[in-house]
Amino acid sequence: MTLSVSLRHALPGFLLDAEFDAPPGITVLFGRSGSGKTTIANAVAGLLRPDRGRIVAADQVLMDSDRGLWVAPNRRRIGYVFQEGRLFPHLTVRQNLAYGRWFAPKGARIEDLAHVVDLLGIGNLLTRRPGALSGGEKQRVAIGRALLSAPRLIVADEPLAALDEARKAEILPFLERLRDEVEIPILYVSHSAAEVARLATTVVALENGRVIRQGAAAEVLSDPAVTPLGARSAGALLMARVVAHHDDGLTQLDAGGCPLFLPRIPQPPGHAVRIRIAAHDVILSRVRPEGLSALNILPGTVRDIRAGDGPGAILSLDTAAGVVLARVTRRSVASLSLVPGTSCHAVIKTVAIAPEDVGAL
Amino acid sequence: MDWLGPEEWQAVALSLRVSLWATLASLPLGIFTAYALARWRFPGHGLVNGLVHLPLILPPVVTGYLLLLTFGTRGPVGSVLQDIGIVLAFRWTGAALAAAVMAFPLMVRAIRLSIEAVDPKLEQAAATLGASRLWVFATVTLPMILPGIIAGAILAFAKAMGEFGATITFVSNIPGQTRTVPSAIYAFLQVPGGEDAAMRLVLVSVAVAMTALLVSEVIARKIAARVSGT
Repeated sequence: MTLSVSLRHALPGFLLDAEFDAPPGITVLFGRSGSGKTTIANAVAGLLRPDRGRIVAADQVLMDSDRGLWVAPNRRRIGYVFQEGRLFPHLTVRQNLAYGRWFAPKGARIEDLAHVVDLLGIGNLLTRRPGALSGGEKQRVAIGRALLSAPRLIVADEPLAALDEARKAEILPFLERLRDEVEIPILYVSHSAAEVARLATTVVALENGRVIRQGAAAEVLSDPAVTPLGARSAGALLMARVVAHHDDGLTQLDAGGCPLFLPRIPQPPGHAVRIRIAAHDVILSRVRPEGLSALNILPGTVRDIRAGDGPGAILSLDTAAGVVLARVTRRSVASLSLVPGTSCHAVIKTVAIAPEDVGAL
Repeated sequence: MDWLGPEEWQAVALSLRVSLWATLASLPLGIFTAYALARWRFPGHGLVNGLVHLPLILPPVVTGYLLLLTFGTRGPVGSVLQDIGIVLAFRWTGAALAAAVMAFPLMVRAIRLSIEAVDPKLEQAAATLGASRLWVFATVTLPMILPGIIAGAILAFAKAMGEFGATITFVSNIPGQTRTVPSAIYAFLQVPGGEDAAMRLVLVSVAVAMTALLVSEVIARKIAARVSGT
């Protein structure tokens, strides 16, 4: 199923003018606060009626301003996971989960309650009321509630933003399983580079109400020109396969023939993972460094250099492992005489890669 | 209850009947009006709000007289109702109407406050799960405003029990038909030696009012605990 969106909506002091397609998997609307992400999510779900536009989900036209067509939110069958959960306080967890099933059309394929409960690990919460749940538990129930309403599409508006890091880490694996085990496409609003790196199949980067880039996650994130959150949070994705877990707490991976060493990750040998390498964690060297503590050295060639007025520059490097982004000073670019085509080495400290930067593939 | 004389007992029974009917019959309209005032923006919003509150600020005698002009057998509405066999003037049904009109603002205020306390975001969430507006109201809004509805209904019931001015103006003070407890107390105080009977009715009034209040407290607390989600 594909979602296709084209919207124009004027808000005070802000014009949203966006067009994108969301193929199956998780499509992340990625951008700063105020870039129009939530407005798009609400328009797709029917909670906001945009001035103009056309939204099509799996061949069903949800809105088309040219034809004066607008489908009410309760007829769209779009499961919405809100930032603040929005569980019904007067119902138990089980009743919350079952709420959408009531209204699902006859014959619609509904996920099995037991399966969803198991997938989200909420079996011990069923008889409780939302008031007695922690933030992380509430969000898992909210995800389950959306899943069980037989949705064509799930819209998740920063579902982890209100949680602390520990709770985020608790829910991310569930979202990965959702992406990989459930065939419902997900439109996911986020301004967290880590979430994008972990979850996104497709990235739609937004800036000031406009789409600046859309495409496969690895491709968009490795473009030095696309830094919707600023250069500080730029980072590329590498795909790798777990080779072995070593006794000294390291995991060895293979990325396109290059060995990579990471702090121990939970995936067993043979599993494919995606790793976010933050651009500011990468050091560049013209010669292969020796006597260096960093374990990961990827040879490559400079593909592109983006520098603004500030002291920094972002470079993209073609390596055998994939494209790596590096953020260095303009002074270094000059002193190393780096230009597109220059061969150099990307040096990545093992300990710089945090567990939340590594996701299942 | 043989400490109440037949006349007094009749007044108590009539008052309970009038107040119960006044409350129950106006409740659906009260909920609807409260919802419309709380959630909808429409032309004439202020006018409707003013009309609802009018009986609260007008002298009750004026409200009663306006009811007589409108619902009396020669009034524009009353004459139509009479043609289909419904007479309100000088009947207990008229007393119920007067009580309902007088109690309406209190009922609407209480319910409206509880509706305004419901987060519309929860109703949006219900809509995304497939619930139509009516189902959203029935499954989310209504259960959450139940404490407010009960508070409003009890308040209206208590007000109806005590209604005097509009009732006596609209439907007079006919024993067995429109002589409610307040009218009966008034009547007993007009005749020599009626103080004892009046006192007994005063005690009944106090008892009914206190019971209503306590019951509403208990129910509201139970429901509030359920609705708050703990």
